[in-house]
Amino acid sequence: MGESIAASAGTVAVARTQPDYVEDVVRAFVIATVFWGVVGFLMGTIIAWQLAFPLLNLDLEWTTFGRLRPVHTSAVIFAFGGNALLGTSLYVVQRTCRARLFGGNDAGWFLFWGYQTFIVLAAIGYVTGVTQGKEYAEPEWYVDLFLTVVWVIYLVVFVGTIMKREEPHIYVANWFYLAFIVTIAMLHIGNNLVLPIDLGSAKSYQLSAGVQDAMIQWWYGHNAVGFFLTAGFLGMMYYFIPKRAERPVYSYRLSIVHFWSLIFLYIWAGPHHLHYTALPDWAQTLGMIFSVMLWMPSWGGMVNGIMTLSGAWDKLRTDPGLRFSVTAVAFYGMSTFEGPVMSIKAVNALSHYTDWTVGHVHSGAMGWVGFITFGAVYYLMPVLWRKRELYSQRLVSWHFWIATLGIVFYITAMWVSGIMQGLMWRAYDELGFLQYSFIETVAAMHPYYVIRALGGVLYVAGALIMVYNLYKTVTESEPLPAPAPAWRPQAAE
Amino acid sequence: MIRHETIEKNVILLAVLTLITVSIGGLVQIIPLFTIETTIERAEGVRPYSPLELAGRQIYIREGCYTCHSQMIRPFRDELERYGHYSLAAESMYDRPFQWGSKRTGPDLARVGGKYSNEWHYQHLVDPRSVVPESIMPSYGFLVRPLKFDDIEKHMRALQRLGVPYTDEMIANARDDLLAQANPNADTSGLLARYPKAVTGDFDRDVRRVTEMDALIAYLQMLGTLVNFAEVTPQQLRQ
Repeated sequence: MGESIAASAGTVAVARTQPDYVEDVVRAFVIATVFWGVVGFLMGTIIAWQLAFPLLNLDLEWTTFGRLRPVHTSAVIFAFGGNALLGTSLYVVQRTCRARLFGGNDAGWFLFWGYQTFIVLAAIGYVTGVTQGKEYAEPEWYVDLFLTVVWVIYLVVFVGTIMKREEPHIYVANWFYLAFIVTIAMLHIGNNLVLPIDLGSAKSYQLSAGVQDAMIQWWYGHNAVGFFLTAGFLGMMYYFIPKRAERPVYSYRLSIVHFWSLIFLYIWAGPHHLHYTALPDWAQTLGMIFSVMLWMPSWGGMVNGIMTLSGAWDKLRTDPGLRFSVTAVAFYGMSTFEGPVMSIKAVNALSHYTDWTVGHVHSGAMGWVGFITFGAVYYLMPVLWRKRELYSQRLVSWHFWIATLGIVFYITAMWVSGIMQGLMWRAYDELGFLQYSFIETVAAMHPYYVIRALGGVLYVAGALIMVYNLYKTVTESEPLPAPAPAWRPQAAE
Repeated sequence: MIRHETIEKNVILLAVLTLITVSIGGLVQIIPLFTIETTIERAEGVRPYSPLELAGRQIYIREGCYTCHSQMIRPFRDELERYGHYSLAAESMYDRPFQWGSKRTGPDLARVGGKYSNEWHYQHLVDPRSVVPESIMPSYGFLVRPLKFDDIEKHMRALQRLGVPYTDEMIANARDDLLAQANPNADTSGLLARYPKAVTGDFDRDVRRVTEMDALIAYLQMLGTLVNFAEVTPQQLRQ
């Protein structure tokens, strides 16, 4: 329909028509990302204070650590991370394919409301005690079934959009988003094979038990990290960093190599969550070897992301949004180095069951997942709301430094408390007795739990600055001179 | 050999190759665990949960105890001395889901059974800091409320369908067994024949009714007590 406009503008190849992208839904996903981010960070901070001061459990059944911890993990991973992934993937797939979303607005809104319903159903379950008792897979069977339907539609919409693309190649970001969607479907179904005790009851039992259930759970659990929190967000990295830096991806060949090796190796890493347990040794050893190998493709991705800035390093000084994205990749590099180290059995013997693991997860979640998302949100906000720029770059900088400080508080506190507790558990006195009772090791954690909670407060504070900045951007920033389509050549520029 | 460009231009091919690539690791690691017989050791004594223990396990799961307590003792000297013999796969063979946990904010519970009295558990659950001043555990006083167990047969029937060796007799006696286990005056011979080593008696200072507290403590008191390690031979532990 816009062909004639482009033709009359007298422009050449570049001026192909921009399709009528579905953007309302993406806007809704961005708002949901920010909303659930604040909720998730806040829940994390609350339960962090509970560990420092147990009275904050309030003696109520709905507010104990045991029930709120899944609310925190699900809010951050599935609500904040999930909305960020769905929203950016729908945005990126349309732009990089030059195609309107398959299924249009209706499919988009179904995904949006379907996904929010899943989140709310899951959270209500946790607080009222409806849970499968499997980490990061707590929702019961009826919520799982509902999510499966939403997810299949998501896959259809995503693949359908790629199929009607105008670009000959499928852009690399879409490979990662696709791998994320396909693999999460496989993992979600595989880990939630259950038999409800009654169709009228929320309760169900797993098809597999004990050691097999443990292996399946961590096959799922580690790849929730590998495909939800890594592959999906690498998709985000491959679009937003080149876009923001206005540079091409550093190495196309590297992206091919690291894509296939990453998705092949990640799936094997699950058993490193089960070192020295009753899982047979052969499986543990496989898990360890593949986890160590995983270091290479992970760093392949990091190198590709960071080196994309070649020739544009100065932008780190002037563009705090890009600084978020690039720092995220640096945190990704750090966590994906720490992970293989912790998967070595001798190291894991010390780190397992301690806060070191918690710190490791959070350097990945806050540093990588959080920061790459903030970078994308700061990019998307003015674009989607047709503003010239963000309300305040200064506030982005404040957010960046406050959140970074929060992460540093968090992970250093957890390194110290984790390694210290691991060493205290195995300490012997000169007579050959265990030196510390368990409760002495708990008491020793107190100062670090306070520091960790303060780190959480800083991270939440940063997120609230972002909320204010985004609100002001929408309400007060100067609109773009020309209405959509925003790419149209403008005489003034 | 197909060129990568071919894959980059065909989304179905890309999706199928991706699915194949991500399937391999899981298949290699998971399927043998079902087919290799020695995955679960031949230790004797492990039995399905009694109805009251099963109800207690539901409460353990519902309250998210696994977020702070593991049930998996590793084969290290310090863990042996602190908690007891390392955990066997056989000991969780009826656990759906497994509750090995991944964090020890509190101590491991795999062998907590019999280590403390019922009264201690009651005190500790109602007010953890009254018995362990430095404890950071939430209070679980709200568990002193009637246990709902109308659907206990449905639980057992579902587990039976999945292969847990509950007999029809066990299911028929489920309610009686559940009530008997928490009643110090009941005849527990049938219960103990069906569920050897079940801990019976009053768990929560209230013999008139069965509470969630009764169920949870009954579950905690059996944890790790089923296998008699004095009789286990190294051959039986081969994995």
